Amino acid sequence: MHDDAPLARPASCTALFLSFSALALQGFGGVLAVAQRVLCEQRRWLTKAEFLELLALAQVLPGPNVCNLSLMVGDRFFGTRGAFAALAGMIAAPLAIALAAMALYARFAEHPVVAGALRGMGAVAAGLVLGTAIKLATPLRTSPLGRPRALALGLACFAAVAWARLPLALVLLTLGPLACALAWHRLRAEDPR
Amino acid sequence: MTPDLLLALGGHFLMLSLLAVGGAIAVAPDMHRWMVIDAALLSDAQFAAAIAIAQAAPGPNLLFVPLLGYQVAGLTGAAVALAGIMIPSTTLALIAARWGAARADWPAVRAFKAGMAPLTLALIAATGWLLAAPAGQWVSLALTLAAALLVWRTRLHLLWLIGGGAVFGAAGWV
Repeated sequence: MHDDAPLARPASCTALFLSFSALALQGFGGVLAVAQRVLCEQRRWLTKAEFLELLALAQVLPGPNVCNLSLMVGDRFFGTRGAFAALAGMIAAPLAIALAAMALYARFAEHPVVAGALRGMGAVAAGLVLGTAIKLATPLRTSPLGRPRALALGLACFAAVAWARLPLALVLLTLGPLACALAWHRLRAEDPR
Repeated sequence: MTPDLLLALGGHFLMLSLLAVGGAIAVAPDMHRWMVIDAALLSDAQFAAAIAIAQAAPGPNLLFVPLLGYQVAGLTGAAVALAGIMIPSTTLALIAARWGAARADWPAVRAFKAGMAPLTLALIAATGWLLAAPAGQWVSLALTLAAALLVWRTRLHLLWLIGGGAVFGAAGWV
């Protein structure tokens, strides 16, 4: 849609903190969908391909993906200070809300309207994540792997995690090196040096 | 609350931090084993409530970790648990990101990015799949599909979608 509009950068660490606070507070049932929308489409701090690259690294490292992602985005613009400004934004306000909710939970969890609303939000949150996956697929069209290999690897990974329910570490340690080796091979063939 | 217990809590989460590939939820089974079964700091219901609230509240799901600490030792417990789970993984993430960014044109780094992209995408799709209701709950699945379509094809604000889901659910349709 607006993929060719020029990229922008955050004005300051405060801007980073506030943007990450705002996006974290919109992230019901996971922050990923909102992060993609805000960082790539609204603020235009990252392209979809860059978002996917940072997320790939965030994914193989220990720690929550979206927290690692916020660190990396902050670090890219303002170094260590930016990294912690973004991470603090991601965590501070939602933590306050979660602690308050913890105090109220015992009283309202059994209420049918509250329980129903939570179920409805959960169903939508699943859809937000699926829709985000579809949107992020666009940069793969130009993957050095070539579309058939990228598709096969993606399907294998999806089947292993969603259907066979294999542990993530096992999947990443087997498919990861295979995918990187294939990519290495293709990049070599394109650009022999 | 004894300092010993806080130390044990912090130390346990420091250790789990570097094992939490795929997010803190990946080590939740081990937290459960230690906090509920071995050390008997929390009941099963308390443990489940921390995860349920972190899922329902906005923000990263990691927040169930400070909620666990909070139930053990109040705000101090929350701070200790959060620091424990974050410090090691955060340090490693920063170092790795800088290492990769400084070598963006290395063939190995390019191969990593190109190779991991389809896997990352598949993991996002798998997360959505696992969060969706099991077959049979058709209203819930229809809601999930509608939300996916709207995110993909429109620029509708995501809070409208979440709010819509809450209204559907509160009305008793899901």
